[in-house]
Amino acid sequence: MTITATAAPLLKYLVRLADDNVVLGQRLSEYIASAPELEEDLAVANIGLDHIGVAQHLYSYAAEVEGEGRTEDDFAFWRTEREFTNVLLVEQPHEGFGELIARQFLFDAYQLELWEALSLSSDERLAGIAAKALKEARYHLRHTASWVVRLGDGTDESHRRMQDAVGAMWRFTGELFEADDLDRQMAAEGVGVDPTTLREAWTATVDEVLAEATLHRPDDPYQASGGRSGMHSEHLGHLLAEMQWMQRTYPGLQW
Amino acid sequence: MTGEDRFLETIEADDKVEPRDWMPDGYRKTLIRQIAQHAHSEVIGMQPEGNWITRAPTLMRKIILMAKVQDEAGHGLYLYSAAETLGVSRDELQHLLHTGKQKYSSIFNYPTLSWADIGAIGWLVDGAAIVNQIALQQTSYGPYARAMVKICKEESFHARQGYSILLALSRGSEAQRAMMQDAVDRWWWPSLMMFGPPDAESTHTEQSMEWKIKRVTNDELRQRFVDQTVPQGQHLGVTFPDPDLAYDEGTGHWMIGDIDWDEFWAVVKGDGRLNRERIAAKVRAWEGGAWVREAATAYAEKVNLRRTA
Repeated sequence: MTITATAAPLLKYLVRLADDNVVLGQRLSEYIASAPELEEDLAVANIGLDHIGVAQHLYSYAAEVEGEGRTEDDFAFWRTEREFTNVLLVEQPHEGFGELIARQFLFDAYQLELWEALSLSSDERLAGIAAKALKEARYHLRHTASWVVRLGDGTDESHRRMQDAVGAMWRFTGELFEADDLDRQMAAEGVGVDPTTLREAWTATVDEVLAEATLHRPDDPYQASGGRSGMHSEHLGHLLAEMQWMQRTYPGLQW
Repeated sequence: MTGEDRFLETIEADDKVEPRDWMPDGYRKTLIRQIAQHAHSEVIGMQPEGNWITRAPTLMRKIILMAKVQDEAGHGLYLYSAAETLGVSRDELQHLLHTGKQKYSSIFNYPTLSWADIGAIGWLVDGAAIVNQIALQQTSYGPYARAMVKICKEESFHARQGYSILLALSRGSEAQRAMMQDAVDRWWWPSLMMFGPPDAESTHTEQSMEWKIKRVTNDELRQRFVDQTVPQGQHLGVTFPDPDLAYDEGTGHWMIGDIDWDEFWAVVKGDGRLNRERIAAKVRAWEGGAWVREAATAYAEKVNLRRTA
């Protein structure tokens, strides 16, 4: 399915928010039964469940806005990688627990600010979804920040690994705060938020946690971009191939 | 009154034995072995189902399956805690699992080859587990019995989600019905084997019954499972892979054909399709996470030092 260029801005906006969550939820779901402790298997599954749950709400609302009888699953399983508009950070694979935590922490700190802003949206439905997601994001951030600190300030080995992990994810954080025409329009209408306004609070959170973790903020000047316009890394196609396999192999069935 | 007298009186009165009570060494050892095996089964069982989370056909099925596998991690935690009340640590038990000195349910050595397998695991494997666990709610060791009460509630949700997957397939296309039948063909016999060897050959049954650790024998539990499951299968429209399966008017029970106990023992002894892979994956996760656990310990020590400094 394709979302046309002239589709309602709100539809496109909801879909990009949903795409971030479904892709990250899918990444976390890959990790089941691989955690360093059972407690972390539980926690990672829980965070993944929250993200996919948010994506369901957003896609369902998007489908209503579109009004063509599509479902949340049509959005998740019947678009190609060029049609997904998630940020690059969430599609990055994780080499292990350190990278998983780094990716999640950097994104949690962003989503906390995002949902807080969107919980004040003039669109009541979106505000409701954001308010629920905000509560979840607080838990996620508390959990991942505590791991960044423990791993950063744990052993020499964990410090090195965590520094590398933050470094590996860092170049995908700039994109979180880029605004395009759609963002600006949604912000102007009071529905959405201009992501550039979220950067300051995010930086403060990240700096504080990294400092406590005895980690330094990476200074890689290169920042990747393109997810919002469907220009992804090579990883997304593989993630979607796996996620969409059943629907594509057996089209049009009920499960 | 000696500790032993009190123990026997507790068992006789159908009361619960508690962690600080005197208990025979054999009772303690049997419980540690059984509870640990149960905990290991929950944890290893996350693998065959985890195999399909990333490919679940809808977002709703995906989150239900994730929640289920998450429950299993939780059950593992509970059960390890119950075992710890008997004076053994979770790390020790995991080590015994990793080195093959303790077992987990053999059912998880079979591969999940299609989405329908996730339905069959919920319906048959969790269904069988529930029959066993309902009986264990009456077990004589208090912490184990109480863990079972909570676990049973969640397991019944698991069995329902499995049946719901199969129900959707049964109402679907020819390909979906074939997928379901194939899964039932592969999971039916192994699920019957979950109750363990026939009573006559079960080495642990007699003493365990005497101590009221076990309240119902393997064969009786197996029969309960068959009786409740066959009508459910008929409702789905599946054929059970047992030409001898027949309803006995006289007893009111469904009678099954001969179970292939050679297969059962081969899998128990380590030669199932995935015994090696399941343990290897578990060990890989554990060893791969060593640096994380070490860091958590080191950090906790630093925080303690700072606090006392």
